[in-house]
Amino acid sequence: MKKAFADLHLRLNMKDRSATLRMINKAANLGYRLIAMPLAPETRMEEVTKLRGTCNESGIDFVTRVDLRPRTPNDLMYQLRRLRRKFEVVCVSCENKAVARQAAKDRRVDLLAFPLLDFRRRFFDRAEAELASNSLAALEIDVKPLLVLEGPARIRLLSNLRREATIAEKFHVPIVVSSGVSAERLLRKPREMAALAFLFGLDEDFALKAVSQSANAIVKRNREKLGSKFVAPGIRVVKEGKDC
Amino acid sequence: MDAVWGAVVKLHGEYGASLTSLSLIDYDEEEKMAVVRTSLAAVNLVRASLASITSMAGKETAVHVLAVSGTIKALREKLKQ
Repeated sequence: MKKAFADLHLRLNMKDRSATLRMINKAANLGYRLIAMPLAPETRMEEVTKLRGTCNESGIDFVTRVDLRPRTPNDLMYQLRRLRRKFEVVCVSCENKAVARQAAKDRRVDLLAFPLLDFRRRFFDRAEAELASNSLAALEIDVKPLLVLEGPARIRLLSNLRREATIAEKFHVPIVVSSGVSAERLLRKPREMAALAFLFGLDEDFALKAVSQSANAIVKRNREKLGSKFVAPGIRVVKEGKDC
Repeated sequence: MDAVWGAVVKLHGEYGASLTSLSLIDYDEEEKMAVVRTSLAAVNLVRASLASITSMAGKETAVHVLAVSGTIKALREKLKQ
């Protein structure tokens, strides 16, 4: 079966309509079937509908995503209560350890992201992975720094990513490999993204899963939850009305 | 080809580059398409190196792999499709 490739982290400038359109078309030409872009929490529904329409014209499924940057675990809980039902994918940028731990154990969080260049604040260790494996969170890795960095910075990044990927694999935490790019020229084909994931130790199957199945599973699960027929995990409304 | 070698050496070092058996078979300047030979074991290594190229001769560039095949004949057929 043909894989449905996904990029859950495209940074598009919604104010620049033509650039957004070019980026969407390029993603479609490169073989992506699903894209997500971080939206501001106050984004209006009409804008999302417009973007979704544009993506549908190019044959791509559009997913809404919000990036949370809470300072404390309480702040995270507050933001999740406010925004979880508005967006299909919720990513938490973990700026400190307390937030990272809370995000890893909260089932409303889909993606865990860590500062890519500040290596002392990458909190994805064994404890974090254990918490994440019991919830539903996946580790998100952007490939953009691998393209723009050079020399010692890239070497250190690769070494950290390799350590984190090993821990994630050991604790069965899904990895989602995203582009994280805002420029067309930095967009890569899904198989090239998988090849870049090979640099931090993912084998071919796992890397391809990271650019397709892992992302698709998150979107499918959340769409089901956000649908009107969802009651609880495993329970959904099949029929309603007087004749039930 | 210098840019490809440069990317391979930068990313995998001279030892890694020696495993690739990289060579240029054909380059179509009009189509901006090249056929590159590499050993099967190093396909992912070369693919990652090509993906990491962001500039050539001072110009911003992106290199994409169109097809991978075991023989040149099969490769041409794949590209025709």
